[in-house]
Amino acid sequence: MSAQIELFLQTLIAGILLGGLYALIGLGMALIMGVMRIINLAHGDLMMVAMYIAFFSYDIFHVDPYVSVLIATPALFLLGVGLQKFLITPVLKVESILPHNQVILTVGIGMVLSNLATVFFKSDYRSTPVDYATKAWYLSDFWRNSPIELSLSFAWSVSFVLAVVITAMLWFFLTRTDTGKSIRATAQDLDAALLMGVNVERMRMLTFGLGAALVGAAGCLFMPIYYLYPALGKQFTNIAFVVTILGGLGSTEGAIIGGVILGIFESMTATYLGMGWAPVGRFIIFVAVLVFLPGGVSSLLRSRRFGR
Amino acid sequence: MSLLEIRGISRFFGGLAAVSDVSFMVDKGAIVGLIGPNGAGKTTVFNMINGFYAPSKGEIYFKGEKISQLKPHQICKRGIARTFQVVKPLQRMTVLDNVIASAFVRARNRAQAEAMAMETLKFTGLYDDRAILSKSLPLGKRKKLEIARALATQPEMLLLDESCAGLNPSELNEAIEIIKKIRDRGITILIIEHHMKVIMSISDRIVVINYGQKIAEGTPLEIRHNPLVIEAYLGEAQSA
Amino acid sequence: MRKFLPIVLLALFALIPLVGLSSYLMHILILVVMWSVIGMAWNLLGGYCGQVSFGHAAFFGVGAYSAGIIYTKLGVSAWWGIPLSIIVVALVALVIGYISLRLRGPYFVLSTLAIGEVFRVSAENLEGLTQGNLGILIQERTWVEKIWYFYIILFIAAVTFYLIKKTIASRLGYYFVAIREDQDAAESLGINTTLYKTIALCMSAVIAGLAGAFYTNYMGYIDPDVVFSLSDISIVTVMVVMVGGVATFWGPLVGAVIMVLFAELIRSIPMLGAAHQTLFGILLIIIIIFLPNGIAGDTSKILRLLRIRRSS
Repeated sequence: MSAQIELFLQTLIAGILLGGLYALIGLGMALIMGVMRIINLAHGDLMMVAMYIAFFSYDIFHVDPYVSVLIATPALFLLGVGLQKFLITPVLKVESILPHNQVILTVGIGMVLSNLATVFFKSDYRSTPVDYATKAWYLSDFWRNSPIELSLSFAWSVSFVLAVVITAMLWFFLTRTDTGKSIRATAQDLDAALLMGVNVERMRMLTFGLGAALVGAAGCLFMPIYYLYPALGKQFTNIAFVVTILGGLGSTEGAIIGGVILGIFESMTATYLGMGWAPVGRFIIFVAVLVFLPGGVSSLLRSRRFGR
Repeated sequence: MSLLEIRGISRFFGGLAAVSDVSFMVDKGAIVGLIGPNGAGKTTVFNMINGFYAPSKGEIYFKGEKISQLKPHQICKRGIARTFQVVKPLQRMTVLDNVIASAFVRARNRAQAEAMAMETLKFTGLYDDRAILSKSLPLGKRKKLEIARALATQPEMLLLDESCAGLNPSELNEAIEIIKKIRDRGITILIIEHHMKVIMSISDRIVVINYGQKIAEGTPLEIRHNPLVIEAYLGEAQSA
Repeated sequence: MRKFLPIVLLALFALIPLVGLSSYLMHILILVVMWSVIGMAWNLLGGYCGQVSFGHAAFFGVGAYSAGIIYTKLGVSAWWGIPLSIIVVALVALVIGYISLRLRGPYFVLSTLAIGEVFRVSAENLEGLTQGNLGILIQERTWVEKIWYFYIILFIAAVTFYLIKKTIASRLGYYFVAIREDQDAAESLGINTTLYKTIALCMSAVIAGLAGAFYTNYMGYIDPDVVFSLSDISIVTVMVVMVGGVATFWGPLVGAVIMVLFAELIRSIPMLGAAHQTLFGILLIIIIIFLPNGIAGDTSKILRLLRIRRSS
């Protein structure tokens, strides 16, 4: 019996830790979606780029992946701004029969990024075997007679804490700084923002850069606990998207909650059903949300705030 | 019996009431104007009649049948057609094809649809433009096309949403003529409009909405002198 | 004159092989025609009805596996998969449509992408049914020469072309375009958009499925990574139509010719081979920025650019 509880709690903890990281991944996409109404299907591939930066920093310069956050984040920011300025803006201006051009564009970008990575770095799995990778805290160390054993991985915890810190910093930026407020204004009402003198074009570049930077940071945080290969972008794009939909389109608070929910769900699925079913599980959540709760978690939050 | 009965409809978005307890009736053959300041909820009322939103509260009856829960295409088939504020014709198709697409609702085959479309084009004065691609049309003709598309569904009632916005004076007169011709055909009209001249000159009755609630109803003369209406439109200027 | 173009072209295609082409060239021809079919299928749903699918591999793959599974499980010729695929794919499309068609614009796009991947993963995991990653191998080869396969796919393409032409000229065609341009207005004008989107989806799916069933019989071997592939089937399908010309009759053929030749060109240059997806991606990006309606769709734009060059 206690083994069941132990397994459940362990899975739950793993899920929450994973969820924190998923939230960070989803936040970038939610921000981009909310402000620019763009679905960025290259989101996961941007994360992959950051992870390669972290990997090579470790491999060549022995820089710890957590420190790479400081390198990869600005790099991804610049990449995001560049993509927005040179590719996305022109596409939004062109007249075409199908309005989904920007989605197709991001698919193309993703293809180029992941294939270039395959060509340059080969499809081998890479990882950063830092010496603290297997370090963990055990419940029995603190509570001698505990009926169950729980372990808390050091690397996972650090990644989680850093993800929370970054999320908090983003929160602060969006709510307390002028630039952040301009971004939110652009998301809420484009025309009003224009009329108020907000430089919308600059906000868009900033937002895409910020979204890329966030997922870049997430990538670095994933390096110590995961492994890297060129095609991993796709699954993380899926994750980002499910988190965003689960949270409610464009809602940043929703993305955070959505990330944690997905993390817990995947952890449970992995433990009780098996690892291979993760993509299907995500799709089921995706469909379930769209059918039963199209506004996502944020619509629940909103109706509670205003009362019935 | 009234053709359209709106009974106490409300529509909530989250906690915000866009429309609150609005009731009015539209008699067959009448032209009823729906006016109010920007953001008052007029288009939301249309969206509920049309079937895009179900009312959060209240019911809508058309020809005695409750239509509040039906989908827009079902409502169209029952005889209510509508135009949109932001006109978006089928851009890469000709004017004629645009109207044929609408005529298919009642037509059994393409030949019939084309005949009905031609007739509608002649009625709205677009016959000469029938082979032009709709994306090349100037605004005035695009608005006419929007009306033509709605008329091709052979409605008994037409909801016109700002069909006169952005028109120059001669286009405006043409629009008024077309609306009168539509009424003369026996089609009932409910029209949202900001052009006071248009509303006052063609409406039999006017319903005034502000902040989602009905604040007045009556003939154009009554509305023109109604202090509540005047205040709603000029409110801030008065108190300033 | 223009009315006879399709017949003339069909006759031309039918006569080409009689000249006596190498096996390799026949293979290229077959690929071109097959991709035209898949492109026409996608164009019906995406180009005319405006529902952009990035998961058409799901339908192609289900069609392919219909032929493969009927061979492995029932021991009959895989050719029976062609008629069988019509029913199976139609049912699959109905289910997928029920879930996805309620989504608008880019969200529909993403759901199709996810569905394509779900099918791939499922085909890999449901080994009892599909033999998983081992794939299905058809032992007996119906014909040695490729020419008969060519005539079969050409026949499918001709029927598809004719069917689509008729559809676009009919009520369905008008409704599809109306839905693409403005779904809300279409709904207000009496069009049951859910119904017609579903019809477009089923038609599109079945045609793609036929191509899949053909593929199984022609290639003799299928596995999940090939027939349910996102980058090699789903995305190539989108590119075929986007390059060739969305919502045009000839776009899919033009696109198929270009894409197949482009792919063969890349493959033949040894160094570029591994980077073929990068080049596809770049091509996609260029097309989407400069010629979003494809060659057949933006012909006037192309002519304008050429005329400017000539006059200056």
